Amino acid sequence: MDHFLTDDQQMIVDLARQITDEIVIPNRARYDETEEYPLDIVETLAKSDFFALFVPEEYGGLGGGCYDLVLALEQIGRGCVGIATAYAASALGAYPIIVGGSPELKSKYLPDIATGKKRAAFALTESNAGSDAGGIQTTAVLDGDEWVLNGTKQWITNGGQAHLYTVIAITDPAKGARGASMFVVEADDPGFSTGPKEKKMGIRCSATTELIFKNCRIPKDRMIGRRGTGFITVMKTLDKSRPGIASLGVGLAQAALDESVTYAKGRYQFGKPIISFQAVQHMLADMAIETEASRALVYAAARHIDAHPKDMSKASAMCKVKATDVAMKVTTDAVQVLAGYGYMREYPVEKMMRDAKILQIYEGTNQIQRNVVGQELNKEYN
Amino acid sequence: MRIVVCIKQVPDAKDVRLDPETNTLSREGVKSVINPYDRHAMEEAVRLKEQYGGTVTAISMGPPQAKAILAEAISCGVDEALLVSDRAFAGADTLATTYTLAQAIKKTGAVDLVLCGKQATDGDTAQVGPGLAARLDIPYVTCVKKINGLEDQVLRVERMMDDGHDELEIDMPALLTVVKEINVPRFPSIRGLRKAKEIEIPSYTAADIDADPDQLGLGGSPTWVVKVFPPVPKGERTMLEGSLDEVAEKLTEILSDSAYGA
Repeated sequence: MDHFLTDDQQMIVDLARQITDEIVIPNRARYDETEEYPLDIVETLAKSDFFALFVPEEYGGLGGGCYDLVLALEQIGRGCVGIATAYAASALGAYPIIVGGSPELKSKYLPDIATGKKRAAFALTESNAGSDAGGIQTTAVLDGDEWVLNGTKQWITNGGQAHLYTVIAITDPAKGARGASMFVVEADDPGFSTGPKEKKMGIRCSATTELIFKNCRIPKDRMIGRRGTGFITVMKTLDKSRPGIASLGVGLAQAALDESVTYAKGRYQFGKPIISFQAVQHMLADMAIETEASRALVYAAARHIDAHPKDMSKASAMCKVKATDVAMKVTTDAVQVLAGYGYMREYPVEKMMRDAKILQIYEGTNQIQRNVVGQELNKEYN
Repeated sequence: MRIVVCIKQVPDAKDVRLDPETNTLSREGVKSVINPYDRHAMEEAVRLKEQYGGTVTAISMGPPQAKAILAEAISCGVDEALLVSDRAFAGADTLATTYTLAQAIKKTGAVDLVLCGKQATDGDTAQVGPGLAARLDIPYVTCVKKINGLEDQVLRVERMMDDGHDELEIDMPALLTVVKEINVPRFPSIRGLRKAKEIEIPSYTAADIDADPDQLGLGGSPTWVVKVFPPVPKGERTMLEGSLDEVAEKLTEILSDSAYGA
């Protein structure tokens, strides 16, 4: 379907597609197997300005909006959600600085993020806090000119690979939702360390680790925004970043559909290609319908967010739920269409199915997204 | 440092067909690309610029459509591009081509380094690099696989040989032709693509480069192609296609079914 992209957007799509076809797809199985961080591909993306895409122009970026990033991520996600996550994590880690940082903080960090010289990571989740952001136990206490952080973050994407971390911590325990603040922690700050790389079901090449803060001391001016605005920064960040996750779902569903149709045309049973059987045809048709529908919703949400409206949350949450649930369904059906072959690691669809699952979980579970949509509906109809 | 890189538009080797009537390359409907070796020359030029500073100018002699490869050069980090295009250039052999390119390069001003691909995949002569160096009266090294350093206008390079490599020093201004082993060419960048879309690529005619008409095109070319023909097939052959494992399996099957199998 033609979405009437501008020439510039089409150019971004074409370049992302070229890089995906030439280096992401040929290497994805190896990276899945070795679980190595795909540094060479991340560096290629950096050289081609993909890290500049989401950084404002005044800080060395291209000033692209949510839509530009969505288009790029859809293509890379079509190749490998693990590799795409290794890239997208920097955008997520940078957004708190972009949406809430002072001009000084932006000037200090964003230009290096734009060139890819420094990678970022976003740190919210803890063992007792994720969906319930109120359960955060990591603390930051002001001591003279320094903040002292203590606590542990869990399942942090880009852990150990990022050069800077945007971290939420409790600064005023008595103030509830207004008691949290965000900070930039650099990888070599004293008292900061990362745990071993977690072993995951899918997106195996992307790095996921604990972050450990043991009397981690950082200068006072590393606070993002004002004291007590941590949750607001987190919400603004996630509103902007979720369509990116949604677009990984669109790309992944498209890849699974492509594999399925190609296979169904070439696989013969009872003397006919299996695509000629209605049972298979209907599966493929539903996969195509759902993929197109989620793409349309993600693009619409991205355009909506780029218009800087006040109500981003609902559109952002809606497209994340839809596109990632579709990715799970379509990749599962792809394994069914390829059947015995689909279940084998020699074919790409079993990996796609494993990779799809995380999309329904990270950057806010789809249950939490439905809460967001529900709460917004409750506000709208009064 | 001012670097000029010469690039040529060639038919995509993956898509090449011979016209059965004339036995010449059929260009109709065939995708045109940057000559693969020139892509490596371009990459090396951009890397040298990034390391030592300076500018890179890409020059192509060819029909107006060759602007497409010059735009692509811009998208991959080349600073300026120049098309050298005139009907009078048509039918040029390597002697006329080197004359034309040399005139164009001289017109653009002083140059520290000229980079070319080892050869073009359509003509396969590998003569343009050395010929151009002779025309410009500068030293050259062919088949460079590595540039080891640059100090006091002296380049240290490795020339690929059948049995290893030579380490050579060459005074600049100089010309190098490069092999594929020298680097892995980069993808375009978003900024580069935007620049390529906006930039106006100038086009020089024979008159613009003060060319002597007698040395141009078919008239200036002592080489005459008498006949082009595909080699006579030496017997039956089967091309196996697919992944390495699939090909290996098929090959095993064929061999075990054949006289060798028993």
